Amino acid sequence: MPSLTRIQQLVKGVQKGDKRSIARTISIIENNEPEAQKIISLLYPKTGKAQIVGITGPPGAGKSTLIEKLVKELRNRGNTVGVVAVDPTSPFSGGAFLGDRVRMQDLSLDPGVYIRSMATRNYPGGLARATKDAARVLDASGKDVVIVETVGAGQSEVEVIKVAHTILVVLAPGLGDDIQAIKAGQMEIGDIFVVNKADRENANKAMSDIEAMLEMATEKKGWKPIVVKTSALTGEGIAELLERINEHRKYLKKGVIDERRKEIIENELVEALTQKIRESIRNELKQKDEWNKLTQKVLSRQIDPYSAADKVLARQLKPKPTRKH
Amino acid sequence: MNEKKERKIRVVIAKPGLDSHDRGAKIVARALRDAGMEVIYTGLRQTPEQIVETALQEDVDVIGLSILSGAHSTLFPRIMELLKKKGLNDVLVFAGGIIPQEDVPALKKIGIKEIFGPGTPTSTLVEFVRKNAPKRK
Repeated sequence: MPSLTRIQQLVKGVQKGDKRSIARTISIIENNEPEAQKIISLLYPKTGKAQIVGITGPPGAGKSTLIEKLVKELRNRGNTVGVVAVDPTSPFSGGAFLGDRVRMQDLSLDPGVYIRSMATRNYPGGLARATKDAARVLDASGKDVVIVETVGAGQSEVEVIKVAHTILVVLAPGLGDDIQAIKAGQMEIGDIFVVNKADRENANKAMSDIEAMLEMATEKKGWKPIVVKTSALTGEGIAELLERINEHRKYLKKGVIDERRKEIIENELVEALTQKIRESIRNELKQKDEWNKLTQKVLSRQIDPYSAADKVLARQLKPKPTRKH
Repeated sequence: MNEKKERKIRVVIAKPGLDSHDRGAKIVARALRDAGMEVIYTGLRQTPEQIVETALQEDVDVIGLSILSGAHSTLFPRIMELLKKKGLNDVLVFAGGIIPQEDVPALKKIGIKEIFGPGTPTSTLVEFVRKNAPKRK
């Protein structure tokens, strides 16, 4: 296996923080190249040190610009930072325009910062399938803080909770009234809510709408979500925001992080299992040409998809020699 | 993991130097996006160092440079030099904008694969990138 040495070199490079190695490794994972699983398995034991901060919120709220300011502040305090910024893939062409770097230009030459733009490749929930593992690569590379920016997210994109320890929901004035603030989904996942563009009018109104909503929120295991007002334009509130993020980090250290991590890992295991099972069953059916037969049967209304799946599963779940991937 | 291998052509579209006209750059970015590529846009006024660093961190296959300021003969060699220095030898580089015909041979000599002038149909560009993007393992 000639590629094994290449993998080992990459893994070594990542651990040294070498940007080229980090870049190649993320691509291998993102492209699902055959070495991807091996690389993850080698890097995985080196992860778990970074604080992973998820940043989500609607398009145009100022997430990328806020990240630039936040990273600068983190750098001033001596932290190294990795950023994974996700933008949507076109469901029509499969292409993507990744524009988050435009707002982070000042960071591109800082040796303590690594930024990666990532397209969703039509993965649902506001992130890409590879985002979590990309964050892991940055964690293994020794970054103190890893920031994950979701696509401009609507109400139900909450995939970020499966990746990040601390979640910032970034909003801007004028996006909606107190009715929007009560809605389910995104407004439930924030550990810290940020009202950005505080230089605009109505910032205080947005602030109080969210505060009122949070008044009724149930405390999440000892943490009451808070609201911070920032202006990425003027820098107002950035230092305070970082204080709050640190507070959340301290809070997480008190054993809560283990719980959070456990939740994340449980989710991940379920996902990995689902994917592997799906893949293995489909491959097997395809080999025996059963896939076509089954599709035809469902198509001609001889059987419905759920019963067909039951039948397949009943057969598949009989014990047999396991196949190594 | 691994439902199937997913390979996309990744391109960075960059504006080196001081001119602030990026309509052309955006049209190119858009055309490549619509052709199914992942296009990273750097924004305006990038130094050669910033462009090469972006290409490195983003692990791109292709760099498209847009310039209208006339500084191409200074900035492009610097970019090509830095790419080499960083080991990004197989990245495909093309350029567009206002570049006089007499400057083209020298730019091609330093490794810029093609220079596209105003009026180039976007389909020509797309075809060019598809054909010339490095085939990586």
